[in-house]
Amino acid sequence: MLRVEHLSKIYQAHNGEVEALSDISFEVQEGEYIGVVGPSGSGKSTLLSIIAGLLQPSGGELYINETKLSGITEDIGYMLQSDSLLEWRTILKNVLFGLEIRKTLTPENAEYAEHLLNNYGLYEFKDKYPSQLSGGMRQRVALIRTLAIRPKLLLLDEAFSALDYQTRLALTDDVYQILKRENMTTIMVTHDIPESISMSDRIIVLSNRPATIKRTLKIEFPEEVKTPLQRRNNPKFGQYFNEIWRDLDVHL
Amino acid sequence: MSTYNGISEARAAYLRKIKQRKTYVAVTQFTILIGLVVLWEVLARLKVIDAFIMSQPSRIVDTFVSMISNNLLMHIGVTALETIIGFLLGTIIGTLVAVILWWSDFISRVMEPFLVVLNSLPKIALGPVIIVWVGAGSQAIIVVALAISMVVTILEMLNGFINTDSEIIKMATTFGASRSQIFTKIVFPSNICTLFNSLKVNIGLSLVGVIAGEFLVSKAGLGYLIVYGGQVFQMDLVMCSVIILAVVAYLMYQGVAMLERYANRLMNL
Repeated sequence: MLRVEHLSKIYQAHNGEVEALSDISFEVQEGEYIGVVGPSGSGKSTLLSIIAGLLQPSGGELYINETKLSGITEDIGYMLQSDSLLEWRTILKNVLFGLEIRKTLTPENAEYAEHLLNNYGLYEFKDKYPSQLSGGMRQRVALIRTLAIRPKLLLLDEAFSALDYQTRLALTDDVYQILKRENMTTIMVTHDIPESISMSDRIIVLSNRPATIKRTLKIEFPEEVKTPLQRRNNPKFGQYFNEIWRDLDVHL
Repeated sequence: MSTYNGISEARAAYLRKIKQRKTYVAVTQFTILIGLVVLWEVLARLKVIDAFIMSQPSRIVDTFVSMISNNLLMHIGVTALETIIGFLLGTIIGTLVAVILWWSDFISRVMEPFLVVLNSLPKIALGPVIIVWVGAGSQAIIVVALAISMVVTILEMLNGFINTDSEIIKMATTFGASRSQIFTKIVFPSNICTLFNSLKVNIGLSLVGVIAGEFLVSKAGLGYLIVYGGQVFQMDLVMCSVIILAVVAYLMYQGVAMLERYANRLMNL
């Protein structure tokens, strides 16, 4: 559903040019969960920002369902590391924020947002304020805010990195089930290799700057392994980890 | 563990201790105030200090009583009104200018050196110019007060706007938010606190402008009374007016603080 062709990005700065991405091409199928890993500073977030339309690529093209992308489109939902909840809005009003910005806050869409809150155990908190929620719950609200606009493609930019380890494991399990249930096509950028293995169907490994695709790894677990936590306990998990670790070629 | 009213004993003791400490602070503050007034009065009566130059609490009270029947309320009203108009206008215009500067990076960059100079310039120096331009009277006083509070408001609000959490702005941008949506839904609500801070600062600045303005031109107001008292060597009048001015300033500050608490409750901050 998403096709990225020969994408490149060169940043202009006072002290010269920085080539962040070079000739990146890949495709994402409907309902697929893609993990993008790479050394820090390799341009992972740049890639997401370009797909989200926040940045203009220096070269190359993007297509969603064969329509060429330029700028911010309605089809893409983007979730960042910080939950960015507005403290002066109730949970429900935070969830409706995206619809409000897009001027698509119809009764039907509002109902859908409430339905999501209900499905994911946050309905009873809808009139509370963000400061009254735990970090994991706040991130879940941020996810629902993104899903409320019914994106066709979801981008997660280190979306769980700000949370403590336990919360993170629990939340990734949770989010994984939400996304599979909604059959959401997802691209997740993370520096956390285990996290990407535990959630992705396919992992794209980027090289050092300028980032190119070093390899694409299909992640396959036995049928009975369903959740990210179960994946972490499977023997194949370690093998994948070692493969990716070798590819990343990390030096201090 | 023994409890009463559902509070453990340790908790009750802790709460008692906090309350006690609060009482001590209040009592000490009150004692210092009374002590100073009594000391002033006693030293004046013993002729250690000259009451003609230093004035004296009992004489200030006498002056206050005689002033009440002598248009005191009118003088207070004039000063308070000029101050309130000055600081409201200063805050409103200053905030509007800050919005324009936030909106356009180009204008902001162009204006920067002018603002820096304007900020450092003592606005009182413009007093004579302002009097010539707008006429000697309340209008000149208000303009001085406005000039003093406006520039600070511009800088402070602009700084607040610029420092709004960029992650939240990015989040809104991913939904395709326009510049005006970003301002009304994120930047402005994020800066309610900044707004009240500059309101609080502006009360003081606006009072400086009003009193200085009254020194220059007025026929009424507390500043007028202070200058008049100084010229005719009536230190009782000067001291009394200064004390009333302090009370007026305090009440205005409390007024804004109350408004701030109300706004914060409304916004759940």
